[in-house]
Amino acid sequence: MSPFELSIQEVGAKLKNKELSVTELVDASYHRIAETDESIKAFITLNEDAARKQASLLDEKLINGQAEGALFGLPAGIKDNIVTEGLLTTCASQFLSNYNPIYDATVTRKLRDAGAVTIGKLNMDEFAMGGSNENSSYFPTRNPWNTDYVPGGSSGGSAAAVAAGQVYFSLGSDTGGSIRQPAAYCGIVGLKPTYGLVSRFGLVAFASSLDQIGPLTKNVEDAAHVLQAIAGHDPKESTSANVAIPNYADALTGDVKGLRIAVPKEYLGEGIDPRVKEAVMNALKTYESLGATWEEVSLPHTEYAIATYYLLASSEASSNLARFDGVRYGVRAENPENLIDLYRKSRSQGFGSEVKRRIMLGTYALSSGYYDAYYLKAQKVRTLIKQDFDQVFEKYDLVIGPTAPTPAFRIGEQVGDPLTMYLNDICTIPVSLAGVPAISVPCGQVDGMPIGMQIIGKAFDESTVLRAAHAFEANTEFHKQRPQL
Amino acid sequence: MSITLKDVDHVANLARLELSDAEKTQFTDQLNAILKYAEKLNELDTENVEPTSHVFELVNVMREDVQKESLPIEKVLLNAPDEEDDQIKVPAVLE
Repeated sequence: MSPFELSIQEVGAKLKNKELSVTELVDASYHRIAETDESIKAFITLNEDAARKQASLLDEKLINGQAEGALFGLPAGIKDNIVTEGLLTTCASQFLSNYNPIYDATVTRKLRDAGAVTIGKLNMDEFAMGGSNENSSYFPTRNPWNTDYVPGGSSGGSAAAVAAGQVYFSLGSDTGGSIRQPAAYCGIVGLKPTYGLVSRFGLVAFASSLDQIGPLTKNVEDAAHVLQAIAGHDPKESTSANVAIPNYADALTGDVKGLRIAVPKEYLGEGIDPRVKEAVMNALKTYESLGATWEEVSLPHTEYAIATYYLLASSEASSNLARFDGVRYGVRAENPENLIDLYRKSRSQGFGSEVKRRIMLGTYALSSGYYDAYYLKAQKVRTLIKQDFDQVFEKYDLVIGPTAPTPAFRIGEQVGDPLTMYLNDICTIPVSLAGVPAISVPCGQVDGMPIGMQIIGKAFDESTVLRAAHAFEANTEFHKQRPQL
Repeated sequence: MSITLKDVDHVANLARLELSDAEKTQFTDQLNAILKYAEKLNELDTENVEPTSHVFELVNVMREDVQKESLPIEKVLLNAPDEEDDQIKVPAVLE
């Protein structure tokens, strides 16, 4: 049995009892990657030399009785849009194929301080733009449950690596669903924290008012511990929230008696696979048997969320990606005619077509004459979408629905049609616009492929989200299912 | 509102992107489809709605105006495609 199947406490205990060493955990990680990554292709860059050196240092600390914390010694994968000093960081783009970061992201530093070991950098949709990992300019990552299928995106590598047992946990990023949807497609847990809870310092920005870093794990308890390590105010990041961080593990009581759940009718309507709907309805029955109650509600502006998101996110992206000009870093085009030509050629050669499409859309929406009609309008609709959630949370503790309308689809099936691809995010996008936290937990299978339930909470109430997710897990077996590789 | 090839040219120029003729045609079609979908937002009356630029109330986030350490020059130049005399080199800015 892989040591990654041990619970987080069991690993901690075995490390302290010298039944296991950090080096052995790291060995297990690289061994598993060697066995499976030929077919899964979750990783862009491996960090083997540095990881093994770090493992030796951590094993010394262990011997000296200095091992501390739940994440000590755990092999972790990091999405390739989170900078790691000295370790190639590409955002899965050709533009950054040679980029060697000169600093660590705050979350990178926090994981290292917590004793986790960075195993490598994980594949993703280029600059986090996509929902299938097919927009990586390197190669697509495959779903460990069926390698003809997508793992989801944009944190496809992060989800696949955990599902395939290559790392104990991974970090991903979520702008419109990019942690939650791949977690659902790969049958694992994925958490998007409240906007501002986790520092974005060192996360290559896609949409600054939406991006959040979060954990992808095999169960809810692990997610609570990873969140504990990465959450918290960061003076280097001015949108980082200055709030008290509770002990998230304390929330895992198993008790959901009296919990009031809201189920938006818009999340179970047409467009949702009836078998996905059935699985969520069964999950609600489980909650009822545990003493929670649920009622149908309405989030009336749900149907406007996708259009709102694509206008806002693309606009913010067009601004954020202006920094990729070929001047200070990245792949600079050769033989430009002049400076502007240098920008044009470097960008055009370095960016893939989805990235270009979104930059074009965002630039248009922000341009003179169109700003009011598109960007400003979208910002106002965002207010209405957020108010829908505010109103529901006056009477309820949580909102529950499916994470995605269907299970994973086949590689190549949707690439020709960007709009269809965008519609996969209908369940996750409104949550991002409202800035509230949400977790995806496995809740069944459709045609042998995993599906996820999304549990959405009030701002900064990750504790209730984790409590509900953990209680569901404790009373079901879905999270124990593993793909046959 | 409908986008024409001319609009695509204009926007590509603003975005400092060079598109092939095939890309221009494809983008014209795709952007039109997306923007048509986005027109849905006009169904909503947002006359008296405040725009949300940031989900949670954050007022100016400031720090004390105290000098801190700058980046060492080796780090600044580490990823520079071309450099000279401790400066990043580019084609002439003014012609």
